[in-house]
Amino acid sequence: MSNTDIIIHDEKDNVGVVVIEKITPNQDCNCWIMENDKSVSIQSKDEIPLGHKIAMIDLNEGDTILKYGHDIGKVVKNIKKGEHVHVHNVKTKKW
Amino acid sequence: MEIPKSFLGYKRENGRAGTRNHVIILPVDDISNACAEAVANNIKGTIALPHSYGRLQFGADLELHFRTMIGTGKNPNVAAVIVIGIEPKWTKRIVDAIATTGKPVEGFSIEGVGDIDTIAKVSKKAQEFSMWASEKQREECPISDLWISVKCGESDTTSGLASNPTVGNLMDKLEPLGVHLCFGETSELTGAETVCEKRGKTPEAQAKFKKTWNDYNDFILREATDDLSESQPTAGNIAGGLTTIEEKAFGNFQKIGGCKFIDVLEPAEEPTKGAGLYFMDTSSAAAECVTLQAAGGFNIHLFPTGQGNIIGNPIEPVIKLTANPLTAKTMSEHIDVDVSKILSREMNLSQAGDELIKSTLRVANGRLTCAEALGHKEFVMTKLYRSA
Repeated sequence: MSNTDIIIHDEKDNVGVVVIEKITPNQDCNCWIMENDKSVSIQSKDEIPLGHKIAMIDLNEGDTILKYGHDIGKVVKNIKKGEHVHVHNVKTKKW
Repeated sequence: MEIPKSFLGYKRENGRAGTRNHVIILPVDDISNACAEAVANNIKGTIALPHSYGRLQFGADLELHFRTMIGTGKNPNVAAVIVIGIEPKWTKRIVDAIATTGKPVEGFSIEGVGDIDTIAKVSKKAQEFSMWASEKQREECPISDLWISVKCGESDTTSGLASNPTVGNLMDKLEPLGVHLCFGETSELTGAETVCEKRGKTPEAQAKFKKTWNDYNDFILREATDDLSESQPTAGNIAGGLTTIEEKAFGNFQKIGGCKFIDVLEPAEEPTKGAGLYFMDTSSAAAECVTLQAAGGFNIHLFPTGQGNIIGNPIEPVIKLTANPLTAKTMSEHIDVDVSKILSREMNLSQAGDELIKSTLRVANGRLTCAEALGHKEFVMTKLYRSA
């Protein structure tokens, strides 16, 4: 149960949320998928602080980010699995 | 956990119950603030609710002003009301509407009298109200007398992961007990609007939500000078890891758990369709939203925060919870309920919901919230457009 580094809302999601103070580059992280109570692991590429997102797969420009199983925006710069996902590489599809 | 069936509240003349027993001095307009504040300074046990508007408003904006003034006075957390305005006509309109609850209310106008004599006259009445209210005792009230509003602020991804779902868990457990519930924040459902629309219990409620959201979105698109990425999400949201409005919206939406809303309310409108969940059309700015919900008659508020919003309200106690362990540590004087153990998986959502129910009942019974102890009394009127 303990040592969860990353929580993923839904099995369909392609990003997870860091829930420890920060993860460091090349850290092997334990991820917990809330929806189905499964665990997966991932190696980080960046330092990512608490509450920020990590890419669970490689993502290309134009791809859709899924969180809560829903569309939360589009990729505007290619993202590698394990990299930090935020305003520098993802934008809203609204406004 | 067995949920308590009652709390200790103040029974009001119209059958509602309050979690607080305030005597308020309500200025109708901006220029009556000085008088109202002087009276509240003279007479202990009263609070003034100064604000910035109330002159030369018209149309829907004026109606909203009246609805907010009247609803604030009618709220069961208020024992008695003094209304002070520059002119007698609008003052009387507010007094008469509040009087329908049966609570003591009296109005005064300043024109032709001046501040000093008005303050003397009003102070005598305020003293009478304050001493009368001080004898009111808390009595056992059914839990269905709780009208709970919710709104989140300074959200981050921990809000969507844990603190908002904790509120949703509370809603799932309290809705069957006949509690009134209310969520709002029209703009912060952007991205989740179609999912939210489907949560309307009836086709009418769904259609009303769709129209409300579309109207707000049209207004935003018309007025926006940029893509709103500086305002929604806010800098605080972004620092906390939220990237887009859609992400924020789906996190926000976790607050209603599995509940369905039975009606859509205008800002500050009192619900009339019985117990259950309501959506109110509000701004997502914390103080504006809570002021409108309090004016709708809600008597206790739950406020999940990620990065640490500090808001309070003068008449509706605001209970704050966070799942962000850093916020719980660095801003502990603002946090009533710490659910950060959900993230470390030392606590599950149902346990967190139970903790929140316990804290809500303690506050309903009279325990001060952090915001009350710190003196937060943000009373902010929503203004729809320029005055005439």
